[in-house]
Amino acid sequence: MSLGHKDLLGMQELTSDEIRLVLDTAESMKEVARRDIKKVPALRGKTIINLFYEPSTRTRTSFEIAGKWLSADVINVSTSASSVTKGESLKDTGLTLQAMHPNIVVIRHPAAGAAAFLAGRLAASVINAGDGAHEHPSQALLDLFTIREKMGRLEGLKVAIVGDITHSRVARSNIHGMQKMGMEVRVAGPRTMLPCFIERLGVEVFTNLDRAIAEVDVIMMLRLQIERQQAGLFPSLREYSRLFGLTAERMKAAKPDVLIMHPGPINRGVEIAPDVADGPYSLILNQVENGLAVRMALLYLLAGGGQAG
Amino acid sequence: MKILIRGGRVIDPASGVDDLLDLFVEDGKIVRIEKSIGGTEPTEAGKGKGSRTAKPAESALNVDRVMDATGLVVCPGLIDMHVHLRQPGREDKETIASGTMAAARGGFTAVCCMPNTEPVNDTRSVTDFILDRAKREGAVQVYPVGAITKGLKGEELAEIGELFEAGCVAISDDGRPVMNAELMRRAMEYAAMFDLPVIQHSEDLHLSGRGVVHEGLVSTELGLRGIPSASEAAMVARDLLLAELTGARLHIAHVSTAESVRLIREAKARGVRVSCEVTPHHVALTEDAIRGFNTHAKMNPPLRSEADRQALLEGLRDGTIDVIATDHAPHTVQEKEREFDLAPYGVIGLETALAVTLTMLVAPGVLSLPQAIAKLTSEPARILNLSKGQIAEGADADLTIFDPNRDWTVDPATFASKSRNTPFAGWRLTGATVATLVGGKVAWEA
Repeated sequence: MSLGHKDLLGMQELTSDEIRLVLDTAESMKEVARRDIKKVPALRGKTIINLFYEPSTRTRTSFEIAGKWLSADVINVSTSASSVTKGESLKDTGLTLQAMHPNIVVIRHPAAGAAAFLAGRLAASVINAGDGAHEHPSQALLDLFTIREKMGRLEGLKVAIVGDITHSRVARSNIHGMQKMGMEVRVAGPRTMLPCFIERLGVEVFTNLDRAIAEVDVIMMLRLQIERQQAGLFPSLREYSRLFGLTAERMKAAKPDVLIMHPGPINRGVEIAPDVADGPYSLILNQVENGLAVRMALLYLLAGGGQAG
Repeated sequence: MKILIRGGRVIDPASGVDDLLDLFVEDGKIVRIEKSIGGTEPTEAGKGKGSRTAKPAESALNVDRVMDATGLVVCPGLIDMHVHLRQPGREDKETIASGTMAAARGGFTAVCCMPNTEPVNDTRSVTDFILDRAKREGAVQVYPVGAITKGLKGEELAEIGELFEAGCVAISDDGRPVMNAELMRRAMEYAAMFDLPVIQHSEDLHLSGRGVVHEGLVSTELGLRGIPSASEAAMVARDLLLAELTGARLHIAHVSTAESVRLIREAKARGVRVSCEVTPHHVALTEDAIRGFNTHAKMNPPLRSEADRQALLEGLRDGTIDVIATDHAPHTVQEKEREFDLAPYGVIGLETALAVTLTMLVAPGVLSLPQAIAKLTSEPARILNLSKGQIAEGADADLTIFDPNRDWTVDPATFASKSRNTPFAGWRLTGATVATLVGGKVAWEA
């Protein structure tokens, strides 16, 4: 079995079977990740380039560790250290990297569509690790993996994604992925952060947090970008937190065993209260751990895993 | 030079003529418009373009050339009142020579070039330069549009009186709106002294923010920042009120939204002196064209929704929209071949406008052929006070001859323009220019 694509650009183009393949593969990878000696030779001799045009700790580190545990050679290129600051175009950077014959290029870029742009110009597989507000598929896959692991299924579950939906690639990827897996998706946030026609993607829209989280199985909180205050999207952190912050008190409106997720990094006390983030139903650290397994699975599947062994 | 154009379907919206007629052109003017000039009917059964040796009756007229227009349409030379020739300053994208050749190839005999060059056309010396170059190197007539404000900065009025004297036919800060309502009011009052239309690129920059595409379903799906329809319509509404206040002539460039069409329709009914234009790409395409992050579908105003497109068609049909203009905006390949957010706005249109109009507006019956031609000839001439856009004895022999039935495939590699940024590459279109005559001379011929 393999993915039917050269690249992983978004959840929008994956089928439910392909998503299931990634999740199932990630299960075996998670077993590897829990061994004392984690290295397996699956991608020996393969080269992975992490091309990051935006600061990122967890995603970059996660891809790097995932690649290394599979014995691939992993190279990190980040904006500050690269020729990007010299004004090289994405096309030329792509062609230059191509000449070094990598097997996989993992790209994060502030412009939507940047991963697709690169994918069309490279023979290597391209993994979109976040392109503007468009997609962040590996995040959605690790979220699905984490929910499935905890609940034993995905179909029929209800989730509320809360926060700045307009600017969130995590929200977009999860909306596509969760719906493909038979989940019911709600989005909630200030009206100023809900993009137009979002309901046409098949989600239910809320501007009231209590109503949004009632009866759901999973609450996924999104990170609030503080700069959005200057853009006039919300008046103050205090008010945002009062209306849309998840606190122990607010959780009374939800199911008692509701699962709490957050793609990180969290703003403690803004979108999520510390006792909720650290509480018994929080899966935030499981998400990080599962991110490794899911990214190992993606690298394995895209780098022609199955042949190498 | 004497040219006889025989047997064509002559369509002149200004006079309402639509008939099989011969035209006799002498010394740059149309001197005779009659059935069968020279006394003999063309005997050849062949149709299409081409010259042939003058027959005896024709030689009696001392004709230098006979153009057989059988099966073809002969209309006043097309006028594109909104192009960017990029010279001076960005000759890598386009020059007056290449842009006017693209115009001639597309059937245009006159273009109005917007002032956002480097330097900006906000002084007589720049206007003089453009007109001088156009005279020496231009394939078609060039009418410069001067800036409303110095440097297009939206702060102080440019020397509009001198720009008018130098030959500017309108003023505009195109590419940028005049955001300051007070300054726009004064510009309109001032321009009215010269009966110059004020052309506004209607956009509220605060509402547009850092948007790159229409704010709609596609922007939401792709995660691209949106420009709401209200950004254009709010500015249209403001300027209509200012036109009412000042009595000046307002022309709204590249209308793209249903709301703008509605506002302009209402204003026209009230008697406000407003006119407007639409681009071929806004009537042919919607926001769906940006899927796949296609930078050749990135322009400002952005491609809107299907409902907006339908409103534009209705506006053309009922006369709310006066003019079809291309907003021909050349950009280099490398500028367009990059991240969607970073690619410049704009597409070229001179070499596809006629065919897109015929294919997307005339063929489906949105406009009759004479109505479509009016929006490309007599209407822009009227708005700009040009003694062009008509076929009459004594008028300049600016003529376009086109085959309304010829199918062709858009191949940007064949363009006369220096740039290739068209959203219509690979499209199968119907209707092709056969010959373009400017001042009685053949500027381009298939």
